[in-house]
Amino acid sequence: MRALRLILAGWRFHLKSLTLSSFFLLTSAIQPVIFATIAFYMWRAGGRGDTLLYVALGAGLMGIWSSTLFASGGAISWQRWQGTLELSIAAPAPFVLVLIPMTLASATIGLYSLTATLVWGRLFFGVPLELEHPALFVAAIPATIASLGMLGLVLASTFVLYRNANAMANLLEYPIWLISGLLVPLSLFPGWVRPLSWVLAPTWGVRAIRDSALGGGDPLLAIAMCLGLAVVYLAGGIFCLRLFERLARQRASLSLT
Amino acid sequence: MNSLRIFFVGGVTSYRALFGWLTPWVFVPTLLIVPVFQILLFAYIGRAAGLESDGFYVIGNALQSAALPCVFAMGHTISGERRQHTLAFVLATPARRLPLFLGRALPVVANGFVVSAFSFAVGTALLDFSPPPESLAPLAAIALITAFSCTGLGLLNGGIGLRVRETSVLSNVVLGLLLVFCGVNVPLDDLPGWMSTIAEGLPLTNGIRAARDVVAGASLGDVSGLLLTEAGIGLVYLLLGLVVLRFFEVQSRRHATLERS
Repeated sequence: MRALRLILAGWRFHLKSLTLSSFFLLTSAIQPVIFATIAFYMWRAGGRGDTLLYVALGAGLMGIWSSTLFASGGAISWQRWQGTLELSIAAPAPFVLVLIPMTLASATIGLYSLTATLVWGRLFFGVPLELEHPALFVAAIPATIASLGMLGLVLASTFVLYRNANAMANLLEYPIWLISGLLVPLSLFPGWVRPLSWVLAPTWGVRAIRDSALGGGDPLLAIAMCLGLAVVYLAGGIFCLRLFERLARQRASLSLT
Repeated sequence: MNSLRIFFVGGVTSYRALFGWLTPWVFVPTLLIVPVFQILLFAYIGRAAGLESDGFYVIGNALQSAALPCVFAMGHTISGERRQHTLAFVLATPARRLPLFLGRALPVVANGFVVSAFSFAVGTALLDFSPPPESLAPLAAIALITAFSCTGLGLLNGGIGLRVRETSVLSNVVLGLLLVFCGVNVPLDDLPGWMSTIAEGLPLTNGIRAARDVVAGASLGDVSGLLLTEAGIGLVYLLLGLVVLRFFEVQSRRHATLERS
C-alpha cells in the first residue's frame, strides 16, 4: 500500500512538472501534430483519404514514444544535474519506486499527443472519431501507457551509462517510429524487421489502440502483449538499476556526469 | 582588416567552441543518423500511401536535413553564449556585428552542406533511387545554396533567441514548419493554396524544386532562376536576422535582460 501511494504521489508530481516544461509540450503536442499533418496530406494525396484515423492514431503514438524516450531516457541524468540523485538513492524507499512514477508520467503526458492528433485530425481534416470497440479502446490506452512507462524504466536505467543521454534519445526516436509500424505497415519491411518490432512496446500499443478503434486484428492479444512486455521490462529495469546503483556506490561515481 | 579577422578567426573559434559540446557522440547520432532515418521514414510512408518515388523523399529530406544544423547552430550562437555567461562579453565588444555574426554563419553553412550530402548519399544507397551521375555536381551546388539560405533563417532564429528563452523549442518548431510547408514530403500542388504561397517565401522550397528538376534532367542553367530565388530568400532572412539581433540587443541593454534565461 505504501509503495502504491509513493508511485501515485510521484506520478502526479512528475506529471505536473513535465506539463510545465515547454520542451515536453512541444514533444508531446506540437511535434505529433506536425507529423500528423504531413502524413494526412501524404495519405490523402496518395488517394488513401479513407485511412486518416489510422494515421491520427499512429501519429499520436509517435508522440507517446517521444515523450517516453526523452523524459525517461534523461530521468537519472536530470536528477544528477539537479543534485537530487543522491537524496533519492539514500531515501529509505527503493530507488525503483522513485523512478517508476517518473517513467510512467513521461508515458502519460504522451496522451496529449493522442488527444492532439485526434482533435487536429477531426477539426482540420474531417477524420471520423467512430470507435469500433470503445471499451477495448479505453482498456488499450492504460495498457499502452504501462508498457511504454516500463520500457522507459529500462531506458532510464541504461542511458545512465551514456553521458549524452539526449543524443541517444535522438538516435532512437525515428528508428522506433519506423519499425513499430506506427505509420507504415510492417508488411512493407524486410522480414528481419518484424522480430525486432515484436519486443517493442509501441508495436503492441499501436496495434491495441488501432485494432480497438478501427476493428480487425486482435486487440485483446495486443493488450495482453502490452501488459506482458510491461512485466518483462519491469524485471529488466530493476536488474539494471540494481547493477547501476551497486557500481555507482562502489566507484563513488553517483554524482559524476 | 580587423573585420576580416573577426569574420574568419571569430567564426572558426566559435565553431570550435560549439564542438566543445557537439562531440562525435552527439554529432554522429543527431546530425548524421537521424536525417538518414528521417529519409527512410518518409520514403516508407510514401510507399504505403502510394504517393511518390523514393527519389522524391531522398532529395526533399536530404536538403531539409541541411536545415537541422543551420537552424540549431545559429540559435545556439545566442543561447549557448548566454548559458555559458559569455554573451555579455560578446556584445560588449566594440567589434562590428556584421563580421561577428556572419563569421559564425560560415562554418554552419559548411556543416549543413556536409549533413545534407551525407544523408543524400546514404539515402540513395539504401533506397530505390539512382540519380544520374551528371546531376551530382549541380546537386552539390544546390545543397550549398540551400544550406546558406537555411543559415539565414537560422540567424533570424538566433536573433529571436535574444528574447525567447527556449531556443531549442523554437528551432524544433521552425524545422517542423519547414518540413510541412516546403514540399519536402508532399508535392506543393497537393498542399492547400495558402500553404504553397507561404512556402514560396521560405528557404528550402526553391532549392528542393531545383534539385528535383536537375535529377529529372535539367541543367544548372535551367534552374538558375530557382537558385537565385533561393539565395535571395536566404539573404533576406540573413539581413532580417542581423536587424532583429541589433534590435533585441538594444532592447536587452535597455531592460537589463541580456542574461535572463
